Amino acid sequence: MKKKLNKNSLNGFINYGIVIAAFIIIQIFIGKGMLSNSLQSLLVPACCYIVMAVSLNLTVGILGELSLGHAGFMSLGAFSGITASILLQNSIPMAPMRLAVSMAAGAAAGALGGVIVGVPVLRLQGDYLAIVTLAFGQIIKNIIMVLYVGVDENGFHIAASSERFDLAAGGTAIIKGPMGAVGVSKLASFTAGFVLILITLLVVQNLVNSRSGRAIMALRDNRIAAESVGINTTKYKLMAFVTSAALAGAAGALFGLNYSSTVASKFDFNTSILVLVFVVLGGLGSIRGSIIAAALLYVLPELLRSFDIAEYRMLIYAIVLILVMLATNNEQFTALMGRVGGWFKAVGGWFKAAGARVVGWLKSLGRTQSKGKGGTTNG
Amino acid sequence: MKKKNLAALLMAGAMSLSLLAGCSSNGDQTSNPPASDAGTQESQATETDNQGGGTDVVTIKVGGIGPTTGDAAQYGTATQWGAEIAVDEINAQNGPIRLELQYEDDTNSADTAVSAYNSLKDWAKDAPLVIYGCTTTAPCVAVSTETFADRYFQLTPSASSPEVTNGKDNVFQMCFTDPGQGTAAAEYLKSSGLGTKIGVIYNNGDPYSTGIAEAFIAHAKELGLEVAATSTYPEDTTTDYTVQLNACKDAGADLVFLPIYYTPASLILAQAKQMDYAPIFFGGDGMDGMLDMDGFDKSLAEGLLLMTPFNASGTDERTKKFVETYQTGHGILPNQFAADGYDCMYAIYEACCQIDGIADMDHEQLCDALSALFTGGDFSVDGLTGSAMKWLTTGEVSKAPVVVKVEGGVYVTQ
Amino acid sequence: MSFLNNVITGISLGSIYAIIALGYTMVYGIAKMLNFAHGDIIMVGAYMCFFAMGSFNLPPAAGVLLAVVVCTVLGIVIERLAYKPLRSAPSLAVLITAIGVSYLLQNGAQILWGAATKTFTPIVSTAPEARLVLVPGQLSISYVAILSIVCCIVVMIALTLFTGQTKMGKAMRACSEDKGAAQLMGIDVNTTISVTFAIGSALAAIAGVLMCSAYPVLSPTTGSLPGIRAFTAAVFGGIGSIPGALLGGILLGVIETFAKTISTELSDAVVFAVLIIVLLVRPAGLLGKYVPEKV
Repeated sequence: MKKKLNKNSLNGFINYGIVIAAFIIIQIFIGKGMLSNSLQSLLVPACCYIVMAVSLNLTVGILGELSLGHAGFMSLGAFSGITASILLQNSIPMAPMRLAVSMAAGAAAGALGGVIVGVPVLRLQGDYLAIVTLAFGQIIKNIIMVLYVGVDENGFHIAASSERFDLAAGGTAIIKGPMGAVGVSKLASFTAGFVLILITLLVVQNLVNSRSGRAIMALRDNRIAAESVGINTTKYKLMAFVTSAALAGAAGALFGLNYSSTVASKFDFNTSILVLVFVVLGGLGSIRGSIIAAALLYVLPELLRSFDIAEYRMLIYAIVLILVMLATNNEQFTALMGRVGGWFKAVGGWFKAAGARVVGWLKSLGRTQSKGKGGTTNG
Repeated sequence: MKKKNLAALLMAGAMSLSLLAGCSSNGDQTSNPPASDAGTQESQATETDNQGGGTDVVTIKVGGIGPTTGDAAQYGTATQWGAEIAVDEINAQNGPIRLELQYEDDTNSADTAVSAYNSLKDWAKDAPLVIYGCTTTAPCVAVSTETFADRYFQLTPSASSPEVTNGKDNVFQMCFTDPGQGTAAAEYLKSSGLGTKIGVIYNNGDPYSTGIAEAFIAHAKELGLEVAATSTYPEDTTTDYTVQLNACKDAGADLVFLPIYYTPASLILAQAKQMDYAPIFFGGDGMDGMLDMDGFDKSLAEGLLLMTPFNASGTDERTKKFVETYQTGHGILPNQFAADGYDCMYAIYEACCQIDGIADMDHEQLCDALSALFTGGDFSVDGLTGSAMKWLTTGEVSKAPVVVKVEGGVYVTQ
Repeated sequence: MSFLNNVITGISLGSIYAIIALGYTMVYGIAKMLNFAHGDIIMVGAYMCFFAMGSFNLPPAAGVLLAVVVCTVLGIVIERLAYKPLRSAPSLAVLITAIGVSYLLQNGAQILWGAATKTFTPIVSTAPEARLVLVPGQLSISYVAILSIVCCIVVMIALTLFTGQTKMGKAMRACSEDKGAAQLMGIDVNTTISVTFAIGSALAAIAGVLMCSAYPVLSPTTGSLPGIRAFTAAVFGGIGSIPGALLGGILLGVIETFAKTISTELSDAVVFAVLIIVLLVRPAGLLGKYVPEKV
């Protein structure tokens, strides 16, 4: 059976290729000791942010709904992932296995959050949906900040204040209100991050290229037309939204298990915005763009450290952000770039022509030479 | 379209690089704090000394971490500037040890703090490195786990949660721990007999504030003090505290304990005055700095009690010199964050001076030697925030909390 | 009585939210963009007034005037440099640019004026005596609160008259309905949008001064939380609607104050939960028009 390789799946394969190639190159660099400590410490969070960006792209770029609370799902995933990893410390001694189960728990928590927010809220549109997702992010942050979670020989404890939180001696406190989760054993690794990216690509690309994915994009492009041909709005919107939330939850679990302590205030409005910036800069709907933008922009402020500009670091970041948005979206600017590109093309064409002429000349020279030698091998 | 995006990203990279190239040429000026005249002369003298063949001088690299941008920037910059003054002084002393301080921004977030720590490791390369920081608790817990695993000595000026040092033999604090401060506050109230009914307002989104408040409430109950009202607020940026103040007022509290930072505390004082509620206000060390806020009406703080290890209007020579240098350099008065930072540098310096064979040590040996010295019991440091400060094996500092009262716009020790 | 006291606190806080939200909503109505840098313009305005009064010893009125002038100019400059080139770009691109501008203003302010918190000198007295007593010993309103409420009402009336009566105001309404058609009718769309930004920024300056008078602390991040709150208020009332912004702002202030009396720990969660419920019942906000899509 001949398998037809259409443009979309080719694009998908290129994405896998880029990720795998990047992973191998980075591993070689690590093996040779050529990657600095600071870059190595960025690998896992960069993987998390790539997954965050790709999953948010599913909501914003492919479903076409603005979400300003993506960090809320990350938070849910992080804290449930941490809780799972501590609860399973004895039952699953193997670290990678426990990490996988914790990430699954994070994804489940994210998905649950996605359903709770999605079902009532997806009736709203545009900026109203944006504000509700923002509100949801704030609520999650606020609730986790007062939450005390622990485990002792009597079982699992959850309380809303430290006074009501009475853990028996020898028990482990997992989340301690504003202190967040502390004493987390670091399970995350770059390989796990890499696998998570691959899974994310697999899920998102297959969804996008499926019948459901086309229905989702039809909703984005024209909801009324899509409804009129019988596409179930709520079902497909929810499908995209919950998938996106689950992936964010898994990324959050990986992120939480990469640091010994995590606080709820980390996953605030600013983090949601940061991920949105990755998505928009990478290009709405472009999965490859999200991957590249998240990787580059997450590393950029850290790279700025190596230059002696301490206090101007974030200022430069802001300026770069504005300039890039202007460069990619302003017609005059893109026209200018187009002209420069055209100029390059013209120059290239000239070189090509010149090259062809040179080659032709060499060929003719060769011909005349061989003719001169005997002229029998012409052809 | 995709090609265009890619091109744009590449361009962003190129632009940022070109920007950097533009900045790095004058970057050197920004990294060095303006030193006083005397300091520069002395440091020049040291340099010539070095060239003269001072082979015994050992340079210890100190990697500082704290927020210098974002919400908590004021605390991070204070610990940075305080430490820089101490380093300038130390290097001008011509002693056997020189310190080289590099300060990195952590934006008050744990993940950035860990990458800041790693870039400091890159900066130090193989030279012995000591970590100074972090300024705030949450990033400090994340970094201290890393330094514990990698064996770097770490001294934090102001991260006060016991979690910071918990189970780590290489991490030490210059400030009081939160529970320690809460307990001390309750004992002070018991012994001074101030306040029959106590109200507490704290920030339940902040580990520092929550840590002190919880220990205070628990210990106050043990001592038989009456905590009439407990009220919280969720974020540092909340601006209206009348509801919390009303809760205290309605409960008849004649003393309100505020284990919070000075910025929200200044609002609480102003709002209490507006609603004509005048209990005794009592705060922790985070309250230090309020009197030096630009434009603050000092009469609002009249009668305020606070526990602070540092007094910027202190009269001893060392404090005076520190305050003067800080003020000329940065235009504001130093607070306890800056003073703790200053003391950290001296603690590191004096400890290093006592270690034999420091020149041949790597960071791991240095970490073990310094940790052993700090917990040995014989080592003590005199600083701006206390004299003969010692450290317990837990990493906690032992110095006496001093309660001061604001009278006429200055601290008066109680 | 404590109930009424809370109502008063809520309304005065809400009036400030409302003034900020009015700026948000006007810009949204015409430029169809969420201007996340709006909150940081509040901060710039407050700093201007602070320096005018503190460093140059100017009277409060001059401080307010300076803040308004600087913010107006700043608003126009930002619009021209950062937003105008993106007029035909997707709205998300403009949103990200606005976020970039917000970072730029915050970090610029920190470099220029330092990270340390400053105490703002209120433009009217905040002494305990400076208040209007309604029920002696129990119920009173501070002059700052009265000023905020009065300013809010004045701004609201002025804006309603401006958009309803003047030529520029009508141009604004036309632009918010249909930019293309407005242009065909001879309306200069670019000028109209610039004027909208100028008015929005001037309102932000006034809000900044009022907010810092009521809650006198000032730092480079002062504007970000009120900015988000005001955005919430604008959506709450129905974004694009001027009376909606007023109603949304005041209700948000009152809800926030009462949420604290229920649970100070979870007040943020309560505020946002109320918002979600309201939006579920009225998907276009309280006073927003639900525009059915044309097929």
